[in-house]
Amino acid sequence: MTGAVAETDVPTAPAFTVDGEPLTFVPGQTLAAALVASGRVAWRTTRGGQRPRGIFCGIGVCYDCLVTVDGRRGQRACLVRARAGMAVTTGEGDDG
Amino acid sequence: MAEPQDLGGLPATREPHDLVVVGAGPAGMAAAATALDGGLRVALVDAGSALGGQFWRHPPDDVRDAVPTEDLHHDLRTYRTLRATLAAHERTGRLTLLLDHHVWTTARAADGFTVHAVDRGRPPAERALVLRAPAVLVATGAYDRQLPFPGWDLPGVLTAGGLQSLLKGGGVVAGRRVVLGGTGPFLLPVAAALAARGAEVVAVCEAAAPSAWLRHPAPLLRNPAKWAEAAGYAGTLARYRIPVRTRTGIVGAEGEGRVAVVRTASLGADGAPLPGTERRIEADTVGVGWGFVPQLDLLLPLGCDLADAGDGTTAAAVDAGQRTSVPGLYAAGETCGVGGAALALSEGRVAAVSVLTDLAAPGRPGVRPLAAERRSVARHRAFARAMAQAHPVPGNWSAWLTDDTTVCRCEEVTAGAVRAAGVDGPATGHRQVKQLTRAGMGWCQGRMCGPAVHCLVADRAEPYTSAERLIATPVTLGALADSSALPAGDTPTEPT
Ligand SMILES: Cc1cc2nc3c(=O)[nH]c(=O)nc-3n(C[C@H](O)[C@H](O)[C@H](O)COP(=O)(O)OP(=O)(O)OC[C@H]3O[C@@H](n4cnc5c(N)ncnc54)[C@H](O)[C@@H]3O)c2cc1C
Ligand code: FES
Repeated sequence: MTGAVAETDVPTAPAFTVDGEPLTFVPGQTLAAALVASGRVAWRTTRGGQRPRGIFCGIGVCYDCLVTVDGRRGQRACLVRARAGMAVTTGEGDDG
Repeated sequence: MAEPQDLGGLPATREPHDLVVVGAGPAGMAAAATALDGGLRVALVDAGSALGGQFWRHPPDDVRDAVPTEDLHHDLRTYRTLRATLAAHERTGRLTLLLDHHVWTTARAADGFTVHAVDRGRPPAERALVLRAPAVLVATGAYDRQLPFPGWDLPGVLTAGGLQSLLKGGGVVAGRRVVLGGTGPFLLPVAAALAARGAEVVAVCEAAAPSAWLRHPAPLLRNPAKWAEAAGYAGTLARYRIPVRTRTGIVGAEGEGRVAVVRTASLGADGAPLPGTERRIEADTVGVGWGFVPQLDLLLPLGCDLADAGDGTTAAAVDAGQRTSVPGLYAAGETCGVGGAALALSEGRVAAVSVLTDLAAPGRPGVRPLAAERRSVARHRAFARAMAQAHPVPGNWSAWLTDDTTVCRCEEVTAGAVRAAGVDGPATGHRQVKQLTRAGMGWCQGRMCGPAVHCLVADRAEPYTSAERLIATPVTLGALADSSALPAGDTPTEPT
């Protein structure tokens, strides 16, 4: 990432929580972009084969990136814009 | 599917509009600007948080400085001009710009159309909104075409467009060592953008032969701008020493929890991997794209005619004025066949002129500018067709599948299961295979596996048509609680 991004990454950077752990983001990023920026490309397991899934299409068509946002299940992390204080939960039965 | 209906009880139709444009990519932006300049009142609706679509994907306006992406873009001058035009019309109140609004269905109504959207600007809350207008333009673009390979469902394997959207929309580089594969000119800007942001692009595996473009030189020669663009990417790739391997495919990805090794192979003339040519490349990220599939979700339920797009997909059939077979319904950009941003812009303008003509608006542009736009459409279409012929889906790509390769990512249906049902089994055709195996019946409703399952079980001479989906995006019942009248036959619930 570029210097300009790093500059906003000071302690005051906004954060949401992922399964209770805070994750900072750059304003404007989607939940998926913030997760990928932190090195995570998977955050869910499939119902059948328990296979890890996360970001794939990046534009809302594949539904691999599902998370629960503030209690609402089945949200596409690549479409939801991150906001400070959001509570994101992953992994559990989000695949429908 | 949807019948004309009484909408008396529905919420939130704002001031009357002459035209609703769905999709604010190059096509939708150009169409809206032209229609507004011609005097129409327009609603421009997009699911994204910023104007620009895929080509000009940007972070949302209010935070644009935090994520610099200017250098990743092309032709920003046109983008800025269109934005300024739209902003000026927004100030006069003739443009209603609805970003963060997903349109989940459109229906015919007595006096035109209803466009049903959900406002997702304040997630996770959702609010339903219905727009009505005598004319609707669908400019919803396309998505990456995927062909499965062993390991394509490992984390770290993304679509090429997905890598690009992370870069342009959020300033995020998905990995350190990237291998790109598939076919088509789009792999080059993705490679260039990744390299510009510090990723090491280890290889670009292009399935087509290097000489493929030479077979159809005429359309290429008539599009000098495309040469310049290609030369620009070639320069970038050379600068970063990114090797482009032609007649090469990604035939496997391996790793525990994330891709660690990519297997590539030389492809024979039929597209099957040649024995003994396999290489193993260490990489943490893979980007794959086999061209694009037009996004027809909103058009199919309205029953408009489709046309063979010439690249193995179907697209909206339109006349020279971008009119679909449904009166009052127009389509522009990649919904009419994949052809890039310049074509989308011209089609958007031509479509808007047709709307102005059909609604007898006073401010129609002169005959000459219209003729020039139509020539531009014809030139770019010819170019797109040449590109599609030069970058086909390889005939025998399925040779790299193993029986246990996942084909449908959602329902985890393997290639073996699809073949057992279709080729060797009782099912005849895509629809029956889908019912027998559940391939294409999960969350994505076949958007990812559809083209591949089609190749595996259907007549290859027939282009792939995406299944008719009743809704373009899952909508919660809560958002619709106040929408008493839904279009007949629609079930606004999430797929199971
Ligand atoms: C992920 C991706 C990345 C791409 N990146 C590039 C690139 O970097 N360079 C390049 O040359 N080409 C790129 N392309 C190719 C691209 O499709 C064209 O270049 C160009 O953007 C097409 O313009 P368009 O106006 O037809 O559609 P798009 O630009 O795709 O615009 C369509 C718009 O419609 C919106 N939309 C779709 N469905 C709905 C709905 N139901 N409700 C509301 N809004 C909706 C989308 O949010 C989008 O903004 C990319 C394609 C994809 C899929
Ligand atoms: S990554 Fe495909 S829907 Fe989010």
